[in-house]
Amino acid sequence: MVIYGTALLAFCMLVGLVIGQLLGITLGVGKNVGGVGIAMLLLIVLSDWLRRRDRLPVPTQQGVLFWSSIYIPIVVAMAASQNVVKAASGGWLALVAGVATVLACLALVPVLSRIGSNAADPTDSPPGDKP
Amino acid sequence: MSCLPDWQAMLLSKHSLVVLLEKNSLITALFMVGAILWVSSFLSRKLTRGRIHASAIAIFMGLALAYLGGMMTGGEKGLADVPLLAGIGLLGGSMFRDLAIVATAFGVRLQEFIATGLSGIIALTLGIFVSFLIGGLVAYAFGYRDAESITTIGAGAATYIVGPVTGTALNASSEVIALSVAAGLVKSILVMILTPFVASRIGLDNPRSALIFGGLMGTTSGVAAGLAATDERLVPYGAMTATFYTGLGCLLGPSLIFMIVKLFT
Repeated sequence: MVIYGTALLAFCMLVGLVIGQLLGITLGVGKNVGGVGIAMLLLIVLSDWLRRRDRLPVPTQQGVLFWSSIYIPIVVAMAASQNVVKAASGGWLALVAGVATVLACLALVPVLSRIGSNAADPTDSPPGDKP
Repeated sequence: MSCLPDWQAMLLSKHSLVVLLEKNSLITALFMVGAILWVSSFLSRKLTRGRIHASAIAIFMGLALAYLGGMMTGGEKGLADVPLLAGIGLLGGSMFRDLAIVATAFGVRLQEFIATGLSGIIALTLGIFVSFLIGGLVAYAFGYRDAESITTIGAGAATYIVGPVTGTALNASSEVIALSVAAGLVKSILVMILTPFVASRIGLDNPRSALIFGGLMGTTSGVAAGLAATDERLVPYGAMTATFYTGLGCLLGPSLIFMIVKLFT
């Protein structure tokens, strides 16, 4: 049944969020730490386990796949509910800080990709070296 | 006397069409988003011959509509503050967004994550420190000299959640906290818009670099939308690391990073 897949997805998300919340409390942060990431790992592990035991028929898969295929529309709705006016009204400081950070981090993507490909060595680029 | 229905009264009365659409706001939102995607895939095909991804155009249209909505209502949730379109806020809120992000992980191989796990952790740490560093330097350049303000604006450059969380913990002024939120919003929106255009230049075309990208950028909404507009298959990898970022930023900001900033001020 399709709902089994959606329920599996919901189960993973709830368990992930609970673990993330507990992690946040343990670390003394008022925020959820990686709950969604943990939920993703859980879904990967559980679905792999079910697939190997042949317990993942097509209808069940559809219950999950619907939500991943509705991802882009949800992201468009998310974009449409951003506080764009506030971002635009933060003045030069907000603009400069945002632009500079994004450009620096984008520039670091190829640097890190290269490092990791031959035995990751973080000492190659300490954060203090970046302008 | 006329036999025609009184359209104006029908539209404005308590049982009018507007009220009907408001009551079914999530359905209205689904239709609205579908219409946005239809228009954007039309524009993508006709105007750019498919060079600019339909989802990139749709996300940009979403942001533009959010600006319009914000100007019209003076609210904080963009288009979702228009009562008729409140469902956009529910559909695009963290509940459905996170569910859809988790769903994208379905079918991904565990080994792919384990193989790139270390670079993901490095990217996360580096991403948080670089954002604080640059945000802090910009704050300094704009004349802020106290460690609390510098750290808070640096935190805003991490994400728009880390900013106010750090600022509140450090007792920063509300003006500085507002600036940190604005900086974080600028970052998130820029990541949404820029990612598809710079993707090929920074080698963002495989799971590994997507994982690193998510860790470096950290803004879940920016990464989610930026990767969706680039290549949907990369979403789970980037989202995975990005969802750890805000929590770690809130942990490091008011503690370790504040102490480091204190040493320099």
